[in-house]
Amino acid sequence: MKTVLKILPALVLALAAHARAINLLNVSYDPTREFYEQYNAVFARYWKARTGDTVAVQMSHGGSGKQAQAVINGLDADVVTLALAYDIDQIARQAKLLPPDWQKRLPDNSAPYTSTIVFLVRQGNPKHIKDWNDLVKPGVAVVTPNPKTSGGARWAFLAAWAYALDQYGHDEAKARDFVARLYKNVPVLDTGARGATITFVQHGIGDVLLVWENEAHLAIQEAGAGKFEIVTPSLSILAEPPVAVVDKNAGRHGVLTVAQAYLKYLYSDEGQEIAAKNFYRPRNSKLAARYANRFARLKLVTVEGQFGGWRKAQANFFSDGGIFDQIYQP
Amino acid sequence: MLLSRQRRVLPGFRLTLGFSLFYLGLIVLIPLVAVFAKTGALTWERFWHAAASPVALGAYRLSFGVSFLAALVNAVFGLLVAWVLVRYRFWGRRLMDALVDLPFALPTAVAGVTLAALYAPNGWIGEWLAPYGLKISYTRLGVFVALTFIGLPFVVRTVQPVIEALDLEVEEAAATLGANRFQTFRRVILPALFPALLTGFALAFARALGEYGSVVFISSNLPLRTQIVPVLIMSKLEQFDYAGAAALAAVMLVVSFLLLLAINGLQWRTARHHQQT
Repeated sequence: MKTVLKILPALVLALAAHARAINLLNVSYDPTREFYEQYNAVFARYWKARTGDTVAVQMSHGGSGKQAQAVINGLDADVVTLALAYDIDQIARQAKLLPPDWQKRLPDNSAPYTSTIVFLVRQGNPKHIKDWNDLVKPGVAVVTPNPKTSGGARWAFLAAWAYALDQYGHDEAKARDFVARLYKNVPVLDTGARGATITFVQHGIGDVLLVWENEAHLAIQEAGAGKFEIVTPSLSILAEPPVAVVDKNAGRHGVLTVAQAYLKYLYSDEGQEIAAKNFYRPRNSKLAARYANRFARLKLVTVEGQFGGWRKAQANFFSDGGIFDQIYQP
Repeated sequence: MLLSRQRRVLPGFRLTLGFSLFYLGLIVLIPLVAVFAKTGALTWERFWHAAASPVALGAYRLSFGVSFLAALVNAVFGLLVAWVLVRYRFWGRRLMDALVDLPFALPTAVAGVTLAALYAPNGWIGEWLAPYGLKISYTRLGVFVALTFIGLPFVVRTVQPVIEALDLEVEEAAATLGANRFQTFRRVILPALFPALLTGFALAFARALGEYGSVVFISSNLPLRTQIVPVLIMSKLEQFDYAGAAALAAVMLVVSFLLLLAINGLQWRTARHHQQT
């Protein structure tokens, strides 16, 4: 017994000294590809310095709803970083892989960075698009994905609705008419944000693309200068893409601590800076001030404030027979 | 009466039949049963609501209509391609033969993106059609183009071996008996080819009904206008509406099965008729 007691501390020390190789799976949505590529490298360096362990983060990207569904059906995600809280709610509700109050576990509704919906127009803005009311004019073709399949498109739909409410003194019927007219001007409803960007940028369809702010900057970078311009409307929606540890999966893989640290580090100065560089709006006020010139100032409304939360908005607008379906009734 | 059972050349009938049933069950039957089981979560009223909504009806019309047209066009031109490949010897025939299989091998998403780019108003083909007001990408015509593309090999590959097996002497006999070329084709060649052509048509049709990957890129996916059933099913799934998606899938399965059964019946009848004459 004594020998065991003598050996035990040595054993523990030996185990601790032996650096582990850890694998994390982060299941994310489409436009975060470039951001997490950079963030993962920085986090791995940070974690190595702190604990000596090597972290390799694997990424999976796709439409937000599709990704949530994959996790529900058994994709072994340790963390999810999706486009909207509703999708993570579904993972909590249907598969019970994390507690229902997951959104309270991290600061700022578990959304370490925010974004919004802006317009991308062709160089010189030939149709003179300045704000949402220019999108319902006859002869303007608007490209946006289907809100039923794309998280980004749902934010865009709600932004248009919020603008109409603001313009017409909170008259629901007028807002519905406004949004219906807007969708009459949509020639192509792609299933995802990237598909819509390709339709607009590569295939030359449409006069304006409703797009994530970061995706708009990315499209301009990729297409080169002199092809597209970003137009910021007077009002848009504060998109809060949330992140969460999938407790049951991470627990089973024995990576709960790393997974938690991985998400927490998103709120650090380093994490916030990478987000800002990738055109996500940082939460940290110091970094927000430093990168203020990257982000146009506009009035931003929230889903909680304007629509009473995602579950209500989902049921009201996007569910079967909801307002979006009614727009497309014959 | 020494042998009470029929003797077969190869042994193992029971074993192989058992294996066939097991294999079919595992690969085909169980997933299909699962689809129907999912719809069990719906009341009759909700099933009807999901499966017969105006948007769903529009999607059925488009899916069945355009798939049928695409398969029909493939039946005509696929027969032509197969005929040329078998009956003539020319430079590049092998290459052309290999090209036919390409739609089989190409990931359908790649096909969809490529076709959409080609037929877009600023694409290689689309830019020549745009001045005449003819739009293909993001219209029903685009859906038709994609479904024709993926269906072609099915017709060619089912008809080709039958043309190869046709006896040239029969055609020569028809000619010596005074038949003109059209009569030879109509009365001698076509009846022999018809069952295979029908099979090819059915395969191309079935393939087109299930196609998702290429259409989603070339279609504008507008409800009631250019949205096919598989895209509608995907949109239900992304809303976590599994039962609604299963309801649509069940309708597609039942209708497709009935159509394929009818085509098989027609084929069986024509084959028998052909043998009798």
